[in-house]
Amino acid sequence: MLEKLKKNKDIINIKEVDNLIELECDKNNILSVLKKLKENDDFIFDQLLDITAVDNPSRECRFDLVYILQSLKKNKKLIIKTSLKENDTIETIISVHKAADWYERECYDLFGIEFKNHPDLRRIMTDYNFEGHPLRKDFPLTGHTEVRYDDLEKKVIYEPVKLSQEFRDFDGESPWEGMKNNLIGDEKSEIKKD
Amino acid sequence: MKEVELNTTTINFGPQHPAAHGVLRLVVELEGEVVKRAEPHIGLLHRGTEKLIEYKTYLQAVPYFDRLDYVSPMCQEHAFALATENLLNIEVPMRAKFIRVIFAEVTRILNHLLNIPAYAADIGAVTPFLWCFEEREKLLEFHEAVSGARFHAAYFRPGGVHQDMPEGMEEKLFHHFKTLPKFIDDLEELLTNNRILRQRSVDIGIISKKEAIEWGCSGPVLRSSGVAWDLRRSQPYDAYDQVEFDIPVGKKGDCFDRYLVRIEEMRQSISIINQCLNKIKPGEISVEDNKITPPKRNQMKKSMEALIHHFKLFTEGYRVPEGQTYAAVEAPKGEFGVFLVSDGSSKPYRCKIRAPGFAHLQILDNLSKGHLMADIAAILGSLDIVFGEIDR
Repeated sequence: MLEKLKKNKDIINIKEVDNLIELECDKNNILSVLKKLKENDDFIFDQLLDITAVDNPSRECRFDLVYILQSLKKNKKLIIKTSLKENDTIETIISVHKAADWYERECYDLFGIEFKNHPDLRRIMTDYNFEGHPLRKDFPLTGHTEVRYDDLEKKVIYEPVKLSQEFRDFDGESPWEGMKNNLIGDEKSEIKKD
Repeated sequence: MKEVELNTTTINFGPQHPAAHGVLRLVVELEGEVVKRAEPHIGLLHRGTEKLIEYKTYLQAVPYFDRLDYVSPMCQEHAFALATENLLNIEVPMRAKFIRVIFAEVTRILNHLLNIPAYAADIGAVTPFLWCFEEREKLLEFHEAVSGARFHAAYFRPGGVHQDMPEGMEEKLFHHFKTLPKFIDDLEELLTNNRILRQRSVDIGIISKKEAIEWGCSGPVLRSSGVAWDLRRSQPYDAYDQVEFDIPVGKKGDCFDRYLVRIEEMRQSISIINQCLNKIKPGEISVEDNKITPPKRNQMKKSMEALIHHFKLFTEGYRVPEGQTYAAVEAPKGEFGVFLVSDGSSKPYRCKIRAPGFAHLQILDNLSKGHLMADIAAILGSLDIVFGEIDR
Protein backbone atom coordinates (compact mmCIF):
# COMPACT_ATOMS: atom_id res chain seq x y z
CA MET A 1 0.00 0.00 0.00
CA LEU A 2 2.90 2.33 0.80
CA GLU A 3 4.20 2.07 -2.77
CA LYS A 4 0.82 2.93 -4.20
CA LEU A 5 0.47 5.91 -1.89
CA LYS A 6 3.87 7.19 -2.99
CA LYS A 7 2.67 7.38 -6.58
CA ASN A 8 0.24 10.12 -5.60
CA LYS A 9 1.82 13.54 -6.15
CA ASP A 10 -0.36 15.35 -3.60
CA ILE A 11 0.96 13.28 -0.74
CA ILE A 12 4.33 13.89 0.88
CA ASN A 13 6.36 12.48 3.76
CA ILE A 14 4.84 9.03 3.88
CA LYS A 15 6.01 6.65 6.56
CA GLU A 16 4.65 3.58 8.25
CA VAL A 17 5.11 2.82 11.93
CA ASP A 18 3.64 -0.47 13.14
CA ASN A 19 0.19 -0.57 11.60
CA LEU A 20 -0.14 3.18 11.31
CA ILE A 21 0.55 5.13 8.12
CA GLU A 22 1.46 8.79 8.53
CA LEU A 23 1.44 11.24 5.64
CA GLU A 24 1.17 14.93 4.92
CA CYS A 25 -0.61 16.92 2.26
CA ASP A 26 -1.30 20.52 1.28
CA LYS A 27 -4.42 22.06 2.77
CA ASN A 28 -5.84 22.87 -0.66
CA ASN A 29 -5.72 19.23 -1.72
CA ILE A 30 -7.30 17.75 1.38
CA LEU A 31 -10.67 17.08 -0.19
CA SER A 32 -9.27 15.38 -3.29
CA VAL A 33 -6.78 13.32 -1.29
CA LEU A 34 -9.46 12.09 1.12
CA LYS A 35 -11.75 11.28 -1.77
CA LYS A 36 -9.04 9.28 -3.49
CA LEU A 37 -8.21 7.43 -0.29
CA LYS A 38 -11.85 6.57 0.23
CA GLU A 39 -12.86 5.56 -3.28
CA ASN A 40 -9.74 3.94 -4.70
CA ASP A 41 -9.93 0.16 -4.32
CA ASP A 42 -6.31 0.01 -3.20
CA PHE A 43 -6.97 2.02 -0.04
CA ILE A 44 -10.68 2.19 0.91
CA PHE A 45 -10.20 4.44 3.94
CA ASP A 46 -13.93 4.68 4.44
CA GLN A 47 -14.13 5.41 8.16
CA LEU A 48 -13.22 8.78 9.60
CA LEU A 49 -12.18 8.25 13.21
CA ASP A 50 -11.23 11.72 14.27
CA ILE A 51 -10.22 15.23 13.29
CA THR A 52 -8.03 17.17 15.64
CA ALA A 53 -5.35 19.83 15.66
CA VAL A 54 -2.04 20.58 17.33
CA ASP A 55 -1.11 24.16 18.14
CA ASN A 56 2.48 25.34 17.72
CA PRO A 57 2.36 29.11 18.34
CA SER A 58 6.04 29.60 17.52
CA ARG A 59 5.66 28.31 13.96
CA GLU A 60 4.49 30.36 11.01
CA CYS A 61 2.02 27.62 10.09
CA ARG A 62 0.61 27.51 13.56
CA PHE A 63 -1.81 24.61 13.39
CA ASP A 64 -1.28 21.04 12.35
CA LEU A 65 -4.67 19.70 11.39
CA VAL A 66 -4.82 15.94 11.81
CA TYR A 67 -7.27 13.54 10.19
CA ILE A 68 -7.35 9.97 11.48
CA LEU A 69 -8.85 7.43 9.09
CA GLN A 70 -9.41 3.72 9.15
CA SER A 71 -9.83 1.15 6.42
CA LEU A 72 -11.92 -1.77 7.63
CA LYS A 73 -11.21 -3.83 4.51
CA LYS A 74 -7.44 -3.33 4.52
CA ASN A 75 -7.19 -3.25 8.31
CA LYS A 76 -5.08 -0.09 8.39
CA LYS A 77 -5.10 3.20 10.19
CA LEU A 78 -3.89 6.40 8.60
CA ILE A 79 -3.01 9.86 9.88
CA ILE A 80 -3.09 12.81 7.48
CA LYS A 81 -1.44 16.00 8.60
CA THR A 82 -1.82 19.40 7.01
CA SER A 83 -0.51 22.79 8.14
CA LEU A 84 -2.54 25.96 8.57
CA LYS A 85 -1.67 29.54 9.39
CA GLU A 86 -3.59 31.29 12.12
CA ASN A 87 -6.23 32.89 9.89
CA ASP A 88 -6.32 30.21 7.21
CA THR A 89 -9.53 28.45 6.36
CA ILE A 90 -9.84 24.92 5.05
CA GLU A 91 -12.51 23.20 3.00
CA THR A 92 -14.93 21.04 4.99
CA ILE A 93 -14.83 17.34 4.21
CA ILE A 94 -18.45 16.58 5.01
CA SER A 95 -19.10 15.81 1.35
CA VAL A 96 -16.67 12.87 1.62
CA HIS A 97 -17.06 11.84 5.26
CA LYS A 98 -20.38 12.69 6.91
CA ALA A 99 -18.93 12.04 10.33
CA ALA A 100 -16.71 15.12 9.96
CA ASP A 101 -19.58 17.38 11.01
CA TRP A 102 -19.09 17.33 14.77
CA TYR A 103 -15.34 16.83 14.61
CA GLU A 104 -14.95 20.00 12.56
CA ARG A 105 -17.23 21.85 14.95
CA GLU A 106 -15.02 20.69 17.80
CA CYS A 107 -11.87 21.91 16.03
CA TYR A 108 -13.53 25.24 15.35
CA ASP A 109 -14.61 25.54 18.97
CA LEU A 110 -11.37 24.54 20.66
CA PHE A 111 -8.81 25.87 18.16
CA GLY A 112 -10.66 28.51 16.13
CA ILE A 113 -9.98 26.84 12.78
CA GLU A 114 -12.64 27.80 10.26
CA PHE A 115 -14.00 25.24 7.87
CA LYS A 116 -15.32 26.63 4.58
CA ASN A 117 -18.81 25.54 3.53
CA HIS A 118 -19.55 23.76 6.80
CA PRO A 119 -23.37 23.81 7.11
CA ASP A 120 -23.51 24.44 10.83
CA LEU A 121 -20.23 25.73 12.25
CA ARG A 122 -21.18 26.44 15.86
CA ARG A 123 -19.43 25.86 19.13
CA ILE A 124 -20.00 22.38 20.50
CA MET A 125 -17.98 21.77 23.65
CA THR A 126 -17.83 25.10 25.41
CA ASP A 127 -20.58 27.10 27.08
CA TYR A 128 -23.11 29.18 25.18
CA ASN A 129 -21.59 32.65 24.58
CA PHE A 130 -18.09 31.40 25.38
CA GLU A 131 -15.21 33.48 24.07
CA GLY A 132 -11.79 32.26 23.02
CA HIS A 133 -10.45 28.90 21.90
CA PRO A 134 -9.38 26.84 24.91
CA LEU A 135 -6.95 24.37 23.35
CA ARG A 136 -4.72 27.05 21.89
CA LYS A 137 -1.46 27.20 23.78
CA ASP A 138 -1.93 30.89 24.59
CA PHE A 139 -5.26 30.26 26.33
CA PRO A 140 -4.65 30.03 30.09
CA LEU A 141 -5.44 26.74 31.82
CA THR A 142 -7.61 28.53 34.37
CA GLY A 143 -9.70 30.25 31.70
CA HIS A 144 -10.95 33.83 31.81
CA THR A 145 -14.36 33.60 33.48
CA GLU A 146 -15.82 31.58 36.31
CA VAL A 147 -19.43 31.01 37.31
CA ARG A 148 -21.13 30.91 40.65
CA TYR A 149 -24.64 31.08 42.02
CA ASP A 150 -25.37 34.51 43.45
CA ASP A 151 -27.72 34.36 46.41
CA LEU A 152 -28.77 38.00 46.19
CA GLU A 153 -29.50 38.05 42.49
CA LYS A 154 -30.86 34.50 42.63
CA LYS A 155 -29.11 33.46 39.47
CA VAL A 156 -25.85 32.10 38.13
CA ILE A 157 -23.42 34.89 37.34
CA TYR A 158 -20.22 35.03 35.30
CA GLU A 159 -17.21 36.93 36.60
CA PRO A 160 -13.47 37.12 35.86
CA VAL A 161 -11.41 34.33 37.37
CA LYS A 162 -9.97 35.14 40.79
CA LEU A 163 -7.23 32.81 41.93
CA SER A 164 -6.65 32.56 45.66
CA GLN A 165 -3.18 31.27 44.89
CA GLU A 166 -1.06 32.27 41.92
CA PHE A 167 -1.12 29.71 39.10
CA ARG A 168 1.93 27.50 39.38
CA ASP A 169 3.35 25.76 36.39
CA PHE A 170 6.33 23.57 37.16
CA ASP A 171 8.55 22.98 34.17
CA GLY A 172 9.65 19.62 35.57
CA GLU A 173 13.17 20.12 34.31
CA SER A 174 15.64 18.16 36.30
CA PRO A 175 18.63 20.10 37.64
CA TRP A 176 20.70 17.11 36.57
CA GLU A 177 19.31 16.35 33.17
CA GLY A 178 17.16 19.12 31.81
CA MET A 179 19.10 22.32 32.45
CA LYS A 180 21.69 23.76 30.10
CA ASN A 181 25.15 24.31 31.49
CA ASN A 182 25.84 28.03 31.29
CA LEU A 183 29.27 28.01 32.95
CA ILE A 184 31.84 29.61 30.67
CA GLY A 185 34.73 27.28 30.02
CA ASP A 186 32.77 24.20 31.11
CA GLU A 187 31.34 23.39 27.67
CA LYS A 188 32.94 19.97 27.69
CA SER A 189 30.45 18.74 30.26
CA GLU A 190 27.70 19.05 27.64
CA ILE A 191 29.35 16.46 25.40
CA LYS A 192 27.45 13.20 25.67
CA LYS A 193 29.33 10.24 27.07
CA ASP A 194 28.01 7.71 24.57
CA MET B 1 -53.27 30.53 -2.31
CA LYS B 2 -53.46 27.49 -0.12
CA GLU B 3 -52.58 28.01 3.45
CA VAL B 4 -50.41 25.34 5.07
CA GLU B 5 -50.53 25.09 8.77
CA LEU B 6 -47.33 23.91 10.38
CA ASN B 7 -48.16 22.10 13.52
CA THR B 8 -44.81 21.37 15.10
CA THR B 9 -43.87 21.64 18.72
CA THR B 10 -40.32 22.12 19.88
CA ILE B 11 -39.45 20.66 23.24
CA ASN B 12 -36.40 20.53 25.41
CA PHE B 13 -35.36 17.03 26.47
CA GLY B 14 -32.87 17.24 29.32
CA PRO B 15 -30.28 18.32 30.42
CA GLN B 16 -31.76 16.89 33.62
CA HIS B 17 -33.71 13.85 32.54
CA PRO B 18 -33.16 10.27 33.70
CA ALA B 19 -33.41 8.86 30.18
CA ALA B 20 -30.83 11.32 28.85
CA HIS B 21 -28.12 9.24 30.57
CA GLY B 22 -26.31 12.26 31.89
CA VAL B 23 -26.40 15.85 30.84
CA LEU B 24 -27.71 15.75 27.32
CA ARG B 25 -29.81 18.62 26.11
CA LEU B 26 -31.88 17.51 23.17
CA VAL B 27 -33.96 19.99 21.21
CA VAL B 28 -36.69 17.90 19.66
CA GLU B 29 -39.05 19.12 17.00
CA LEU B 30 -42.25 17.11 17.04
CA GLU B 31 -45.20 16.83 14.74
CA GLY B 32 -47.78 15.32 16.98
CA GLU B 33 -45.72 12.59 18.56
CA VAL B 34 -43.46 11.98 15.56
CA VAL B 35 -39.91 13.29 15.72
CA LYS B 36 -38.98 15.63 12.87
CA ARG B 37 -35.61 16.71 14.17
CA ALA B 38 -33.57 15.90 17.26
CA GLU B 39 -30.60 18.14 17.84
CA PRO B 40 -28.20 17.21 20.63
CA HIS B 41 -26.51 20.01 22.54
CA ILE B 42 -23.47 18.58 24.23
CA GLY B 43 -20.65 20.01 26.25
CA LEU B 44 -22.47 20.41 29.55
CA LEU B 45 -19.95 18.12 31.19
CA HIS B 46 -16.92 19.59 29.41
CA ARG B 47 -14.09 19.65 31.92
CA GLY B 48 -11.20 20.38 29.59
CA THR B 49 -9.51 17.03 30.15
CA GLU B 50 -7.29 17.41 27.09
CA LYS B 51 -6.09 20.85 28.21
CA LEU B 52 -5.47 19.65 31.77
CA ILE B 53 -3.41 16.71 30.53
CA GLU B 54 -1.07 19.13 28.73
CA TYR B 55 -0.13 20.52 32.14
CA LYS B 56 0.40 17.16 33.86
CA THR B 57 3.10 14.54 33.63
CA TYR B 58 2.31 11.29 31.86
CA LEU B 59 1.70 9.52 35.15
CA GLN B 60 -0.53 12.28 36.48
CA ALA B 61 -2.59 12.08 33.30
CA VAL B 62 -3.68 8.48 33.96
CA PRO B 63 -6.46 9.24 36.50
CA TYR B 64 -8.12 11.62 34.05
CA PHE B 65 -8.89 8.64 31.86
CA ASP B 66 -10.90 6.95 34.62
CA ARG B 67 -13.09 9.98 34.73
CA LEU B 68 -13.93 10.06 31.04
CA ASP B 69 -16.24 7.12 30.57
CA TYR B 70 -16.72 6.49 34.26
CA VAL B 71 -18.53 3.22 33.61
CA SER B 72 -15.53 1.51 32.02
CA PRO B 73 -12.49 3.13 33.59
CA MET B 74 -9.72 0.60 33.00
CA CYS B 75 -10.21 0.28 29.25
CA GLN B 76 -9.43 3.94 28.81
CA GLU B 77 -6.29 3.85 30.89
CA HIS B 78 -5.37 0.99 28.61
CA ALA B 79 -5.46 3.20 25.51
CA PHE B 80 -3.35 5.87 27.16
CA ALA B 81 -0.86 3.33 28.47
CA LEU B 82 -0.52 1.80 25.00
CA ALA B 83 0.00 5.19 23.37
CA THR B 84 2.67 6.19 25.88
CA GLU B 85 4.39 2.82 25.54
CA ASN B 86 4.39 3.28 21.76
CA LEU B 87 6.27 6.54 22.12
CA LEU B 88 8.61 5.18 24.79
CA ASN B 89 9.12 2.12 22.60
CA ILE B 90 8.85 -0.35 25.45
CA GLU B 91 7.13 -3.70 25.74
CA VAL B 92 5.40 -4.67 28.96
CA PRO B 93 6.03 -8.12 30.52
CA MET B 94 3.71 -11.02 29.72
CA ARG B 95 2.05 -11.15 33.12
CA ALA B 96 1.13 -7.46 32.90
CA LYS B 97 -0.40 -8.09 29.49
CA PHE B 98 -2.59 -10.88 30.84
CA ILE B 99 -3.62 -8.85 33.87
CA ARG B 100 -4.57 -6.01 31.57
CA VAL B 101 -6.64 -8.26 29.35
CA ILE B 102 -8.40 -9.84 32.34
CA PHE B 103 -9.32 -6.48 33.80
CA ALA B 104 -10.22 -4.94 30.47
CA GLU B 105 -12.74 -7.76 30.11
CA VAL B 106 -13.98 -7.40 33.69
CA THR B 107 -14.53 -3.75 32.85
CA ARG B 108 -16.39 -4.70 29.67
CA ILE B 109 -18.77 -6.90 31.68
CA LEU B 110 -19.18 -4.10 34.21
CA ASN B 111 -20.07 -1.68 31.45
CA HIS B 112 -22.60 -3.97 29.81
CA LEU B 113 -24.08 -4.84 33.20
CA LEU B 114 -24.88 -1.17 33.56
CA ASN B 115 -25.95 -0.46 30.02
CA ILE B 116 -28.34 -3.38 29.59
CA PRO B 117 -30.47 -2.74 32.69
CA ALA B 118 -30.34 1.03 32.14
CA TYR B 119 -31.62 0.46 28.64
CA ALA B 120 -34.27 -1.93 29.95
CA ALA B 121 -35.28 0.62 32.58
CA ASP B 122 -35.66 3.28 29.90
CA ILE B 123 -38.23 1.14 28.18
CA GLY B 124 -40.06 -0.11 31.21
CA ALA B 125 -38.27 -2.90 33.09
CA VAL B 126 -37.13 -2.25 36.65
CA THR B 127 -35.95 -5.60 38.01
CA PRO B 128 -32.80 -6.04 35.85
CA PHE B 129 -31.44 -2.84 37.34
CA LEU B 130 -31.50 -4.30 40.84
CA TRP B 131 -30.11 -7.63 39.73
CA CYS B 132 -27.27 -6.22 37.69
CA PHE B 133 -26.18 -3.76 40.32
CA GLU B 134 -25.71 -6.57 42.78
CA GLU B 135 -23.63 -8.44 40.22
CA ARG B 136 -21.66 -5.29 39.39
CA GLU B 137 -20.84 -4.82 43.02
CA LYS B 138 -19.19 -8.24 43.12
CA LEU B 139 -17.06 -7.38 40.11
CA LEU B 140 -16.15 -4.01 41.55
CA GLU B 141 -14.69 -5.84 44.50
CA PHE B 142 -12.12 -7.29 42.11
CA HIS B 143 -11.33 -3.80 40.94
CA GLU B 144 -10.87 -2.78 44.53
CA ALA B 145 -8.71 -5.77 45.34
CA VAL B 146 -6.13 -4.97 42.68
CA SER B 147 -6.14 -1.19 42.61
CA GLY B 148 -7.64 -0.07 45.90
CA ALA B 149 -10.47 1.79 44.22
CA ARG B 150 -13.82 0.64 42.93
CA PHE B 151 -14.00 2.98 39.99
CA HIS B 152 -11.15 5.41 39.61
CA ALA B 153 -8.56 2.72 39.55
CA ALA B 154 -5.47 4.29 37.90
CA TYR B 155 -4.30 0.69 37.58
CA PHE B 156 -3.01 0.36 34.00
CA ARG B 157 0.01 2.61 33.89
CA PRO B 158 2.52 3.19 31.13
CA GLY B 159 5.04 0.39 31.56
CA GLY B 160 2.70 -2.22 33.04
CA VAL B 161 0.20 -2.25 35.85
CA HIS B 162 0.45 -0.54 39.22
CA GLN B 163 0.76 -3.64 41.40
CA ASP B 164 0.43 -7.38 41.17
CA MET B 165 -2.87 -9.12 41.87
CA PRO B 166 -3.17 -10.12 45.53
CA GLU B 167 -2.59 -13.75 46.40
CA GLY B 168 -5.43 -16.10 45.59
CA MET B 169 -6.98 -13.63 43.18
CA GLU B 170 -6.78 -16.03 40.23
CA GLU B 171 -8.87 -18.64 42.07
CA LYS B 172 -11.37 -16.06 43.23
CA LEU B 173 -11.80 -14.77 39.69
CA PHE B 174 -12.07 -18.32 38.39
CA HIS B 175 -14.80 -19.23 40.88
CA HIS B 176 -16.71 -16.05 40.28
CA PHE B 177 -16.77 -16.45 36.54
CA LYS B 178 -18.15 -19.95 36.98
CA THR B 179 -21.31 -18.47 38.42
CA LEU B 180 -21.68 -15.48 36.13
CA PRO B 181 -22.94 -17.35 33.02
CA LYS B 182 -25.90 -18.55 35.09
CA PHE B 183 -26.68 -14.96 35.97
CA ILE B 184 -26.56 -13.91 32.33
CA ASP B 185 -28.98 -16.77 31.51
CA ASP B 186 -31.35 -15.51 34.18
CA LEU B 187 -31.06 -11.98 32.87
CA GLU B 188 -31.81 -13.14 29.37
CA GLU B 189 -34.81 -15.09 30.55
CA LEU B 190 -36.13 -11.89 31.98
CA LEU B 191 -35.46 -9.73 28.96
CA THR B 192 -34.76 -11.41 25.63
CA ASN B 193 -38.20 -12.86 25.03
CA ASN B 194 -40.00 -10.21 26.96
CA ARG B 195 -42.89 -8.86 24.91
CA ILE B 196 -42.50 -5.27 26.03
CA LEU B 197 -38.78 -5.18 25.39
CA ARG B 198 -39.23 -6.62 21.93
CA GLN B 199 -42.04 -4.28 21.03
CA ARG B 200 -40.03 -1.32 22.15
CA SER B 201 -36.75 -2.25 20.50
CA VAL B 202 -37.19 -4.42 17.38
CA ASP B 203 -36.98 -2.27 14.24
CA ILE B 204 -36.27 0.86 16.26
CA GLY B 205 -33.28 2.99 15.31
CA ILE B 206 -31.93 0.91 12.46
CA ILE B 207 -28.39 1.62 11.30
CA SER B 208 -27.36 0.03 8.02
CA LYS B 209 -23.89 -1.40 7.46
CA LYS B 210 -22.92 1.43 5.15
CA GLU B 211 -24.19 4.15 7.46
CA ALA B 212 -22.47 2.65 10.47
CA ILE B 213 -19.09 2.72 8.74
CA GLU B 214 -19.65 6.17 7.24
CA TRP B 215 -20.58 7.74 10.55
CA GLY B 216 -17.57 6.32 12.33
CA CYS B 217 -19.50 3.88 14.52
CA SER B 218 -17.55 1.21 16.36
CA GLY B 219 -18.01 -1.43 19.00
CA PRO B 220 -21.41 -3.05 19.56
CA VAL B 221 -23.14 -0.40 17.42
CA LEU B 222 -21.05 -1.28 14.38
CA ARG B 223 -21.19 -5.00 15.03
CA SER B 224 -24.96 -5.02 15.46
CA SER B 225 -25.28 -3.70 11.92
CA GLY B 226 -23.52 -6.81 10.63
CA VAL B 227 -19.88 -5.74 10.37
CA ALA B 228 -17.63 -8.27 12.10
CA TRP B 229 -15.08 -5.72 13.22
CA ASP B 230 -13.31 -5.91 16.54
CA LEU B 231 -9.99 -4.27 17.28
CA ARG B 232 -9.16 -7.07 19.69
CA ARG B 233 -9.18 -9.39 16.70
CA SER B 234 -8.07 -7.23 13.78
CA GLN B 235 -5.36 -5.20 15.49
CA PRO B 236 -4.64 -7.19 18.63
CA TYR B 237 -2.88 -5.44 21.48
CA ASP B 238 -1.38 -6.87 24.66
CA ALA B 239 -2.37 -10.54 25.04
CA TYR B 240 -5.45 -10.57 22.81
CA ASP B 241 -3.55 -12.48 20.14
CA GLN B 242 -3.29 -15.41 22.56
CA VAL B 243 -6.95 -15.88 23.31
CA GLU B 244 -9.78 -17.14 21.18
CA PHE B 245 -13.19 -15.58 21.11
CA ASP B 246 -16.13 -15.06 18.81
CA ILE B 247 -17.34 -11.73 17.53
CA PRO B 248 -21.12 -11.52 17.77
CA VAL B 249 -22.75 -9.65 14.89
CA GLY B 250 -26.30 -8.46 14.41
CA LYS B 251 -28.44 -8.68 11.32
CA LYS B 252 -30.53 -5.55 11.23
CA GLY B 253 -28.73 -2.99 13.32
CA ASP B 254 -31.75 -2.06 15.43
CA CYS B 255 -31.90 -1.49 19.17
CA PHE B 256 -32.69 -5.14 19.85
CA ASP B 257 -29.60 -6.31 17.92
CA ARG B 258 -27.43 -3.97 19.92
CA TYR B 259 -28.86 -5.45 23.12
CA LEU B 260 -28.22 -9.01 21.91
CA VAL B 261 -24.65 -8.22 20.84
CA ARG B 262 -23.89 -6.88 24.31
CA ILE B 263 -25.31 -9.97 26.00
CA GLU B 264 -23.16 -12.24 23.85
CA GLU B 265 -20.10 -10.04 24.37
CA MET B 266 -20.37 -10.64 28.10
CA ARG B 267 -20.28 -14.38 27.50
CA GLN B 268 -17.24 -14.00 25.26
CA SER B 269 -15.55 -11.85 27.90
CA ILE B 270 -16.01 -14.60 30.47
CA SER B 271 -14.40 -17.07 28.09
CA ILE B 272 -11.47 -14.69 27.47
CA ILE B 273 -10.94 -14.24 31.20
CA ASN B 274 -10.96 -17.99 31.75
CA GLN B 275 -8.41 -18.52 29.00
CA CYS B 276 -6.18 -15.82 30.47
CA LEU B 277 -6.43 -17.33 33.95
CA ASN B 278 -5.21 -20.61 32.51
CA LYS B 279 -2.30 -19.03 30.71
CA ILE B 280 -1.12 -16.44 33.20
CA LYS B 281 2.17 -17.20 34.92
CA PRO B 282 4.00 -15.53 37.79
CA GLY B 283 6.44 -12.85 36.75
CA GLU B 284 7.09 -9.15 36.54
CA ILE B 285 4.13 -6.82 36.27
CA SER B 286 5.92 -3.80 34.86
CA VAL B 287 9.05 -3.01 32.87
CA GLU B 288 12.17 -3.17 34.98
CA ASP B 289 13.38 0.27 33.96
CA ASN B 290 13.33 2.52 37.00
CA LYS B 291 13.42 5.55 34.74
CA ILE B 292 9.81 4.71 33.82
CA THR B 293 8.28 2.61 36.59
CA PRO B 294 8.95 3.24 40.27
CA PRO B 295 11.19 0.88 42.22
CA LYS B 296 9.75 -1.60 44.70
CA ARG B 297 8.97 -0.40 48.20
CA ASN B 298 11.48 -2.69 49.92
CA GLN B 299 14.24 -1.55 47.57
CA MET B 300 13.54 2.02 48.51
CA LYS B 301 14.22 1.27 52.17
CA LYS B 302 17.74 0.09 51.36
CA SER B 303 18.92 1.69 48.18
CA MET B 304 19.62 5.42 47.83
CA GLU B 305 19.36 5.20 44.06
CA ALA B 306 15.92 3.61 44.28
CA LEU B 307 14.79 6.40 46.56
CA ILE B 308 16.05 9.05 44.12
CA HIS B 309 14.30 7.30 41.25
CA HIS B 310 11.07 7.21 43.20
CA PHE B 311 11.30 10.90 44.04
CA LYS B 312 12.18 11.94 40.51
CA LEU B 313 9.42 9.85 38.96
CA PHE B 314 6.69 11.29 41.12
CA THR B 315 7.84 14.91 40.93
CA GLU B 316 9.33 15.38 37.50
CA GLY B 317 8.04 12.27 35.75
CA TYR B 318 9.78 10.61 32.84
CA ARG B 319 10.67 12.11 29.50
CA VAL B 320 9.01 10.71 26.43
CA PRO B 321 10.86 10.90 23.10
CA GLU B 322 9.55 13.35 20.53
CA GLY B 323 6.93 11.96 18.21
CA GLN B 324 3.28 11.32 17.62
CA THR B 325 1.18 8.20 17.78
CA TYR B 326 -2.39 6.97 17.78
CA ALA B 327 -3.31 3.99 19.92
CA ALA B 328 -6.80 2.55 20.09
CA VAL B 329 -8.47 -0.13 22.16
CA GLU B 330 -11.78 -1.88 21.83
CA ALA B 331 -13.48 -0.26 24.79
CA PRO B 332 -16.93 -1.59 25.77
CA LYS B 333 -18.54 1.27 23.88
CA GLY B 334 -16.39 1.09 20.79
CA GLU B 335 -13.05 2.28 19.55
CA PHE B 336 -11.46 4.44 22.20
CA GLY B 337 -8.34 6.10 20.85
CA VAL B 338 -5.63 8.38 22.12
CA PHE B 339 -3.67 10.60 19.75
CA LEU B 340 -0.57 11.60 21.63
CA VAL B 341 2.04 14.16 20.61
CA SER B 342 5.23 14.48 22.62
CA ASP B 343 7.80 17.27 22.38
CA GLY B 344 10.41 15.35 24.33
CA SER B 345 9.51 16.78 27.74
CA SER B 346 7.84 15.05 30.66
CA LYS B 347 4.38 16.36 29.78
CA PRO B 348 2.28 15.46 26.75
CA TYR B 349 2.29 18.27 24.18
CA ARG B 350 -1.14 17.32 22.95
CA CYS B 351 -3.42 14.47 23.90
CA LYS B 352 -6.54 14.05 21.83
CA ILE B 353 -9.09 11.57 23.06
CA ARG B 354 -11.26 9.79 20.53
CA ALA B 355 -14.46 8.82 22.30
CA PRO B 356 -16.76 6.28 20.65
CA GLY B 357 -19.86 7.89 22.12
CA PHE B 358 -19.13 11.16 20.33
CA ALA B 359 -19.53 9.49 16.95
CA HIS B 360 -22.57 7.54 18.10
CA LEU B 361 -24.42 10.55 19.45
CA GLN B 362 -23.86 12.33 16.17
CA ILE B 363 -26.19 9.93 14.34
CA LEU B 364 -29.00 10.35 16.86
CA ASP B 365 -30.73 12.90 14.63
CA ASN B 366 -30.64 10.45 11.72
CA LEU B 367 -31.80 7.52 13.81
CA SER B 368 -34.71 9.18 15.52
CA LYS B 369 -36.24 10.90 12.50
CA GLY B 370 -39.71 9.49 11.89
CA HIS B 371 -39.82 7.60 15.18
CA LEU B 372 -42.01 8.44 18.13
CA MET B 373 -40.77 10.64 20.93
CA ALA B 374 -40.75 7.66 23.29
CA ASP B 375 -38.36 5.82 20.98
CA ILE B 376 -35.68 8.43 21.55
CA ALA B 377 -35.21 7.04 25.05
CA ALA B 378 -34.80 3.54 23.59
CA ILE B 379 -32.33 4.68 20.93
CA LEU B 380 -30.27 6.69 23.40
CA GLY B 381 -30.13 3.76 25.79
CA SER B 382 -29.09 1.33 23.09
CA LEU B 383 -26.26 3.57 21.86
CA ASP B 384 -24.70 3.42 25.32
CA ILE B 385 -24.10 7.10 25.84
CA VAL B 386 -21.97 8.30 28.73
CA PHE B 387 -21.25 11.97 28.90
CA GLY B 388 -17.93 11.80 30.63
CA GLU B 389 -16.28 10.63 27.44
CA ILE B 390 -18.33 12.64 24.96
CA ASP B 391 -17.81 16.01 26.58
CA ARG B 392 -14.35 15.20 27.91
